[in-house]
Amino acid sequence: MSGAYSWMMFDLATAAVEGALAAGATYADARAMITREERIDCLNTVVEALDQTENAGVGVRALVGSSWGFYATSETTDKAARIAGGRASQIAKASATVPGPAIELADVIVSEAHWENEIDEDPFSIPLSTKADLLVAATAEMVETDGVSLARGELGFFRTEKYFVSSQGHRISQTIVESGGGLSATAVGESETQRRSYPQAFGQYETAGFEAIRRFDLTGNASRIAGESVQLLAAPQCPQVTTDLILGSSQLALQIHESVGHAIELDRILGWEAAFAGTSFLDLNDLGSLQYGSPLMNITADATLPGALGSFGFDDEGTPAQRVDIVTEGVWVGVLTGRDSAAIAGLPPGGMVRGDGYNRLPMVRMTNVGLLPGEASIDEIISETRDGVFMSENRSWSIDDRRLNFQFGCELGYEVKNGKVGRMVRNPTYTGITPQFWGSLDMLASESEVTYWGTPNCGKGQPMQVGHTGHPAAPARFRDVRIGVRG
Amino acid sequence: MSEDDIDQIAEAVIERVGDRGEAAVSVQSGTSDLTRFANSFIHQNVAERRVQVALEVAFDNRVASASIDRTDDDSLDRLVERTVHAARLHPADTDWPGLVGPTPVPESLNWDEAVANASPEDRAHRVAEFVAAGPGMLSAGFYDTEAYEVVYANSNEHHVRGRFTRTTLDGIQQTDSSAGKGHATSVRWADIDGAAVGRAAAELATMSRDPGTLEPGEYQVVLAPGCAATIMIFLAFYGFNAKAAIEGQSFFEEGVEQFDPAISLIDDGTDPRAIGLLFDNQGVPKQRNTLIDAGVSRSLSHDRRTAPKLDTTSTGNAVPGSASFGPVATDLFLEAGLVSQQDMIAATERGVLVTEFNYCRILDPKTQVVTGLTRNGTFLVENGRISRPVSNLRFTQSFVDALGPGNVLAVGGDDRFAQNEFGDGTTHVPSLHLASWNFTGNAQG
Repeated sequence: MSGAYSWMMFDLATAAVEGALAAGATYADARAMITREERIDCLNTVVEALDQTENAGVGVRALVGSSWGFYATSETTDKAARIAGGRASQIAKASATVPGPAIELADVIVSEAHWENEIDEDPFSIPLSTKADLLVAATAEMVETDGVSLARGELGFFRTEKYFVSSQGHRISQTIVESGGGLSATAVGESETQRRSYPQAFGQYETAGFEAIRRFDLTGNASRIAGESVQLLAAPQCPQVTTDLILGSSQLALQIHESVGHAIELDRILGWEAAFAGTSFLDLNDLGSLQYGSPLMNITADATLPGALGSFGFDDEGTPAQRVDIVTEGVWVGVLTGRDSAAIAGLPPGGMVRGDGYNRLPMVRMTNVGLLPGEASIDEIISETRDGVFMSENRSWSIDDRRLNFQFGCELGYEVKNGKVGRMVRNPTYTGITPQFWGSLDMLASESEVTYWGTPNCGKGQPMQVGHTGHPAAPARFRDVRIGVRG
Repeated sequence: MSEDDIDQIAEAVIERVGDRGEAAVSVQSGTSDLTRFANSFIHQNVAERRVQVALEVAFDNRVASASIDRTDDDSLDRLVERTVHAARLHPADTDWPGLVGPTPVPESLNWDEAVANASPEDRAHRVAEFVAAGPGMLSAGFYDTEAYEVVYANSNEHHVRGRFTRTTLDGIQQTDSSAGKGHATSVRWADIDGAAVGRAAAELATMSRDPGTLEPGEYQVVLAPGCAATIMIFLAFYGFNAKAAIEGQSFFEEGVEQFDPAISLIDDGTDPRAIGLLFDNQGVPKQRNTLIDAGVSRSLSHDRRTAPKLDTTSTGNAVPGSASFGPVATDLFLEAGLVSQQDMIAATERGVLVTEFNYCRILDPKTQVVTGLTRNGTFLVENGRISRPVSNLRFTQSFVDALGPGNVLAVGGDDRFAQNEFGDGTTHVPSLHLASWNFTGNAQG
């Protein structure tokens, strides 16, 4: 992006902040943004959708008393930005009809900086025909397998340019490129369907260029998942027992997301999301003492991991990306914070506030919330399991509003008997209560088996925002888990 | 931006595509404002003014779409050139149905100036009414207003426009051990009574104080409209979706009594109570489409891509993204009965009253087995009355089986718009009394 262009975007954000301050805000910040998204969906060798989106605008956040006011406009002129700032302040002032304690902001370093993630191949420079041909070839490979009814492929690419200005002097630009995609094969039986996905359900996404797509080798894995989907239709049902559960790393990533990542969001803990997303079973009084899991459980929130989907240079409040300890040797020690929530809790701000586009109010978001590796391998975990079930790739997920009672369904299951992988089982599910489940973690694979899984579809907030989060994870074993729940 | 302005933008885009391909454009302009409260005060208050121009271009069955949120000449040029370029590179789409021709669409009455012009102060007063209705409780929720004008035009000389408003107040009142929810959605500002919604939530919160545990198992259930809404949207999205049916992923069997005779489900964007536009994302007029008639599965929801595959016509159910996930009914009305929720409880020897579902996810679309939880007030019913509140329960239950022949004991007369897991203003439903529901877990696991 040219220097003149950057100045123009910074000027837009600056005008919005000045408009907010002139209208009475005690603090204001603004993000001028340009986002570009491309999505290609393919079913059975037919490209069903090729959709490109480009949005640009400015969103300004104004603080007055106990409320944020936020206003966004797609009109990218100085005048519109100043009006937007004024309206954000007016909206915040209107909140005084139902007032609360005044919001304070925890201190952060005021930065002037630029950040962008490294990519080898700009996905938007790759011809559309190359991308479409890849999906057509991969789905063609899958439909070759007898019994596969639906062979799907998807690719998605995002380019986000942000220009952040605050009334405290922040001036930060970032360019973030994300790429991802995946395949799924569905076999339709008389009374049920079976699906297999690769690299994971809903695709794998990274802060990376098109090189990530090449690395996935979609076509090379198409035939395998197609065959597995058909085999699943004939496999026996997952047994309804309490037994040892071995999770593949992508399912464990979602387990982390749902039962740790959301539970440690400070806005939930403080009740700000009570009516919709919910609250948390965690109480700040227990920070530093609550036993979240077994001593093998070490969780960090690390926005600095190269390539992981929750990585960036600065969050949407201008706080630098950082690594924060969340659970150490099983003890709960950290939370996900923004400047306002951190001030209430008396904690340092962790740089975990992001918004879904210029037109959404930034809120506490997971960065890369991951489980640090252990010392075992998946082969050792299996060889040391006398009786259990291995499950991988998510098919359904549900957890209560305090993040305690969860139930997950997976695509693929295998019995494990006397240290060996046994029969494939279909419809594998498991259920549990968060601290008890994590307390039963007793084997964890090592660094070499860690994958930085990405979750590109995390819903939160009103109006709804879709967040991109990362979850490093390796395969692990949990003892005495209830499996095989079905309707 | 006036209706004339967005008309002109639509025509300008069609003109730019010219004879390079078939073109369909949708221009949407309007406002979305939302006031959010928690811990009994307003903490987030947002508004946006936005225009969105979406273009679909087809060239010898090669189809691409793109959208942009600016309307200056350069931006429209870029939108058109990018879309035309993408379409030319695109593999042929054998399902491309072509564009709808000129078709009359009735004028929409789903508009209320009071909603369109609501100020942040207006919304804050409604929130204040809700909060005041729960003295000593912690209130949380949102009050929003939206107003949009939309034009759809295509190169096949079809040009329609419409506008709609919607407003929703949705919130909970919380005690130290419980919560209760209130909800109201309408086209019109005057229909929302902040104090009444707040009182309904407070009453449930009071009733559900100090819940005990309940052993999981099969129970009769009385499901409030909030639960019925989620069931109906799951049936519509995964079952009565023609694409899902064509792919073999739906339970749907035309003409078969798959549900209890007490169940009649209709998708009707022309119903005076409906919210939204009177045409779909492909410019096709919405219509009354009976999905379930007295327990018999009658019809699927179609768009122009699915209809030809089953030798029928579109039912006006195209939505953004439906090329991939299929057409969806967005104006669902479950026909009401005459029974009150109190009468349902009185007729229950032992069962569970559930006021809201939470976090429902489908395990298999063909069986419609769904897992989810209860929330904001769950009660054990014994000998015809509520005996005690119980903590949240997990269920794993086929929604089709739950409504199967003989399983619906009563349909309520308390139909209203209720929130489902997919959004507001799309499901108008009453309470249901069902013979059996499979609770598979509680707070202990």
